[in-house]
Amino acid sequence: MKQIWQVCLKDLKVELRSRIVIFQVLPFAVLTIILFAFAFEADRAALRDYAPGLFWVTVLLATFLFVLRSFSIEVEAGAIQSLRLSAVKPQYIFFGKALALFIGMFILEVILGVATFFLYDVSVESPSLLIVSAILTTAAIASAATLYGILSANLKARETILPLLMLPVLIPVFLGAIRAFDDALGAVAVNGWAWLSVLGVFAFIYAVFGSFAFGEILEEVE
Amino acid sequence: MSYIGYVLAGWLSTFLAFATYIFFVLRRGRSYSAKVPEARRRWIDSGSENKGSNND
Amino acid sequence: MNLSTGSYRTKILGLVMAASFIALIIFAFWVSPNDDQQGGAVRLLYIHVPLAISTYVCYIACGIASLVFLIKKKIWWDYIALSTAEIGTIFCGLTLLTGAIWGRPIWNTWWEWGDVRLVTTLILFLLFLGYLALRAMPSSNPNANVRRAAVVAIVATIDIPIINRSVEWWQNRTLHQRSTLVELKIEDWTFFTLVLGFLAFGLLIIWLTIHRFRVAWLAGEIDSLETELALKKRLEESNI
Repeated sequence: MKQIWQVCLKDLKVELRSRIVIFQVLPFAVLTIILFAFAFEADRAALRDYAPGLFWVTVLLATFLFVLRSFSIEVEAGAIQSLRLSAVKPQYIFFGKALALFIGMFILEVILGVATFFLYDVSVESPSLLIVSAILTTAAIASAATLYGILSANLKARETILPLLMLPVLIPVFLGAIRAFDDALGAVAVNGWAWLSVLGVFAFIYAVFGSFAFGEILEEVE
Repeated sequence: MSYIGYVLAGWLSTFLAFATYIFFVLRRGRSYSAKVPEARRRWIDSGSENKGSNND
Repeated sequence: MNLSTGSYRTKILGLVMAASFIALIIFAFWVSPNDDQQGGAVRLLYIHVPLAISTYVCYIACGIASLVFLIKKKIWWDYIALSTAEIGTIFCGLTLLTGAIWGRPIWNTWWEWGDVRLVTTLILFLLFLGYLALRAMPSSNPNANVRRAAVVAIVATIDIPIINRSVEWWQNRTLHQRSTLVELKIEDWTFFTLVLGFLAFGLLIIWLTIHRFRVAWLAGEIDSLETELALKKRLEESNI
């Protein structure tokens, strides 16, 4: 447990120093939200209705950038190499990294959520559902993204391979997150709570499988 | 037979795709085979059953 | 010199396969009757349904082979995974294509977002395109690439039921779900033709996998031969 936390803290420190989230990913995400508003010709009703989907598309794109950047920094700095040589178990490294990614993504989602709230003029019907589903979704995305991040970390064409591998896999999460938000924002009359099970199962599978596969891949990363 | 155009389009495109794929797999196999000594191509048996065939 | 990837057994297999496909064509176009509702379009199902089943067979085989590869570390299994993934993706693309062609006259649309299987198959297609793209990447460390690919294939296979479930729930929003499996009336010849289709496609999978496997094997041999050659050269140079 302590080791997980150490790996996570180390990642967060790198994050704070490089400021990728604040200066690169977040502006991009907000820009995307604004572009969607133009695409819908600033139609208030449409934006309010489709806010959940647009929000999560933006989050997925931002995740992709975030993972790409943070893992390439890691490879360039040779940090993975030193982690592998350290005595920390691969499983712990996986969970530490996923946790760090989770925290970074969650902060990003909160800021992006506030921006969406004001720009798209949405109202929140069920704050508890909103928060629980966001946490579960972020956990699912973070565990899948950590696995694919390390997987593509030292490939030459990682910019193109990573989204091709990661985005189709995240479609169930994407659907679930949209439906849960639909309910939480009162956009569509669906039972959002039911979707939490899909998100939970997905997060669980990826956390378990990812932690095992991580060791398998880590052995080979230079 | 109704919808004959659709049916033919479906069947023909499927068989065309198969033929193209099979062609490329077999051609690749041939060009790779040329680079590998016969002893290391395991499916080639002692040769008695291949005699006379496939010398093209 | 014999350069073919075929052997005596695969040639016999190939002949049986070709014969079964000819029989399938005869039965699909001349023997089996028109469907009451779909008319002649039912004849598309004799390839569409076997294609779809074959896709899933190939993908599940790929997932299993990848898992065994990670456990046993025998490159043999990786070749099977690669072969079945490639063949499965061709089947998958054709499934989508023949489905669209069938949907146009029957559903009056090329693409139906309300259909679970359609959407699931499309996502699956994209997943394995990613897998094949990963496999096609040149890598300085082939060993690492192979393991990565195995992990991706296993994840993709595990995802099949999850994707199916989530898509099914997702499109329940409108509450009128279109039934996908058109009620095929199991008349004698219709059923027989369908079974014949499964047989022909089953043989095709085996035949294709054997040949594709051998190509993968040859590629691996060429790699190791090159390494041996380079090593020999290096040794000779160092001796002088």
